[in-house]
Amino acid sequence: MTPALIAEIREKRYARARGARPHMALTGLSLQVAAGEFVALVGPSGCGKTTFLNIVAGLDTDFSGEVQLALRPDGRPARVGYVFQEPRLLPWRTVYDNIALVLPPHHPDGIVEGMLRAVGLAKARDLYPPQLSVGMSRRVAIARAFAIEPDLLLMDEPFVSLDHDTVEQLRELLLTLWHARPTTVLFVTHDMREALVLADRLVLLSGTPGRVVADVPVGLARNRRQSGAEIELLRDEILRRHRELIGAAARTTPVE
Amino acid sequence: MATTAQRASSWVAASSLTQRIGSFALFIAVWQITADAVHSRLLPSASAVFMALEQESVNGPLLYQVGITLARVAAAFVIAMVVGTAIGIVMGRSKTVDALFDSWLVLLLNLPALVIIVLAYVWFGLTEAAAIGAVAVNKIPYTAVTLREGARALDRNYSDMAACFHVGRWRTLRHVILPQLYPYTFAAARSGLALVWKIVLIVELLGRSNGVGFEIQLYFQQFDVTRILAYSIAFMVVIQVIEWAIFQPLERHAGRWRP
Repeated sequence: MTPALIAEIREKRYARARGARPHMALTGLSLQVAAGEFVALVGPSGCGKTTFLNIVAGLDTDFSGEVQLALRPDGRPARVGYVFQEPRLLPWRTVYDNIALVLPPHHPDGIVEGMLRAVGLAKARDLYPPQLSVGMSRRVAIARAFAIEPDLLLMDEPFVSLDHDTVEQLRELLLTLWHARPTTVLFVTHDMREALVLADRLVLLSGTPGRVVADVPVGLARNRRQSGAEIELLRDEILRRHRELIGAAARTTPVE
Repeated sequence: MATTAQRASSWVAASSLTQRIGSFALFIAVWQITADAVHSRLLPSASAVFMALEQESVNGPLLYQVGITLARVAAAFVIAMVVGTAIGIVMGRSKTVDALFDSWLVLLLNLPALVIIVLAYVWFGLTEAAAIGAVAVNKIPYTAVTLREGARALDRNYSDMAACFHVGRWRTLRHVILPQLYPYTFAAARSGLALVWKIVLIVELLGRSNGVGFEIQLYFQQFDVTRILAYSIAFMVVIQVIEWAIFQPLERHAGRWRP
């Protein structure tokens, strides 16, 4: 079976102000994700994770390398859903219209309502985003991404800067949605615990410029990950095995 | 401090209508007293002007002339807003176009309204199209400059979202781009209306045989200040009604999402 995503980023650099050396964001980042797999991309902040997602989403085409998304069964290009770090809801459109906007103009009735029910916001359909709490806004953003029935779902630290309880609820919601609407997920986070709770596989990235340091499958069944102790054990083991690696990679990064 | 300020601002809001009416009444009173004291036909009293206003509306051509001028204002305004907005958006989005045509805008902005009007009449004759076109050309650079600012301030995050979800060009424009430009559009429309109607009067005075500007020219030749003021006041009221009845409700509607 062809992977849902094959990405080979040879190099991604950002031009700087005149005269200064360009900033190297990614070097030699290669990644394959199987269809239906939930992969977490874990790395320190500023290591180019968002840059990588934007490249995969097709928003950034100024890089050297290749990104391939598997075609849909009907031969059409893959649909990509994106949950950005900030919800990026249009404040001047209602919750309903924000979701309806990403659907085809003549979509069947009930898709938006169904999505809103699934994220527990059926009653918020006519509110404007400035009236929502932070947690509700994230739910709408997640609903919007799932509404298009994505073949690939990109998530860029969607639960960052939320309180602990809200994060727990949203993670649970995400897994519920994902089980009901299976899709390939590429989830970016700097929080290894979060990655271990959610993902099938962890891809560890080094600091700037970002590149893959380790690729770790999570063997633990999801229903056993609720206990914090199991997660801590896994995390300790990964850190023990890869701390030197992460440190070494950071040190041996060629300086231009 | 904050509560004092809040109380002060709510007091202002609650009494703003009363204040406005009071201020207006004060102006009329000062006018009336001054005119009575001066007692010259070159400074008619407020009551004389309002009587002339009534007379001209009932027996004279005032309503017809106001209608003619209003039609010209509407035509020039719509052309200036549509063309100016399009130019502004393109210049705000494309650095090349901006670099090419920025000096043209500066040139147009500095060209006196009178020169544009005279040139339009010389080149295209004393026609309706020349008149309306000249007014529109006066306003277009102002609209373009305002909307260019708006286009430069567009939030890339929203466009990226729309691109990623394949929202499509037309729907992106309508739901993502234009709502971000509404505040700039309203600013341009407000100042535009104020500018356009004043220039329309000049255009009428110089080369049209009807409209408020034409009437003002007639009464200027007769030194009939009463009727000059009557016609001006009639049109000022019309413009204020447009502001209250059209612009303000539209703006409230566009900003309904603001908490």
